[in-house]
Amino acid sequence: MLTPEFIRDRILEALPDARAWVRDTTGTSDHFEAFVASPSFAGKGMVQQHQAVYAPLRPWLQTGELHALQLKTSATLPENPPWQP
Amino acid sequence: MAALTPELKARFDRETSQHRVVLYMKGNKLFPRCGFSANALAALQAAGAADVYTVDVLAEPDVREAIKEYSGWPTLPQAFIGGQLVGGSDIVRDLAESGELAKLVKG
Repeated sequence: MLTPEFIRDRILEALPDARAWVRDTTGTSDHFEAFVASPSFAGKGMVQQHQAVYAPLRPWLQTGELHALQLKTSATLPENPPWQP
Repeated sequence: MAALTPELKARFDRETSQHRVVLYMKGNKLFPRCGFSANALAALQAAGAADVYTVDVLAEPDVREAIKEYSGWPTLPQAFIGGQLVGGSDIVRDLAESGELAKLVKG
């Protein structure tokens, strides 16, 4: 069973300068939504930005434990959290 | 592993070069079988891609794993425009919202 915190921590391990917000969109612990902001994204295309987030999650994407991750990325921090907890 | 055989690689090279817009998806145009695939297809069509070439990875299990290896992209759907990986459903949506997608489709 995956949790938003687990996914966020895997992302932050790979992108230490990032801020990441993750939530379970269906309540079934396999569909998640993430917003990841990292200065390291500056100058990179969207494919590369998303790949940088997917990379540390690959093991769980491969087994299907992580079925879907809706993803938004940004090179700058948002003024407000992307959603209210 | 090694799902990407030389035959499949040649096939993907051919598909993505012969068709301007290719979508590897779950289900087909008439019956998309995943919301993300359906959304990506709809966004591409709305951006002017009248003739999206779709490949149903549920009908071809060997393609489902091989395409991920081919593109280095771990999820489905996957859109290719002009032979280049554009990304998955989120990127297609973002590009559609910014108007970039129509430019890419037009080439």
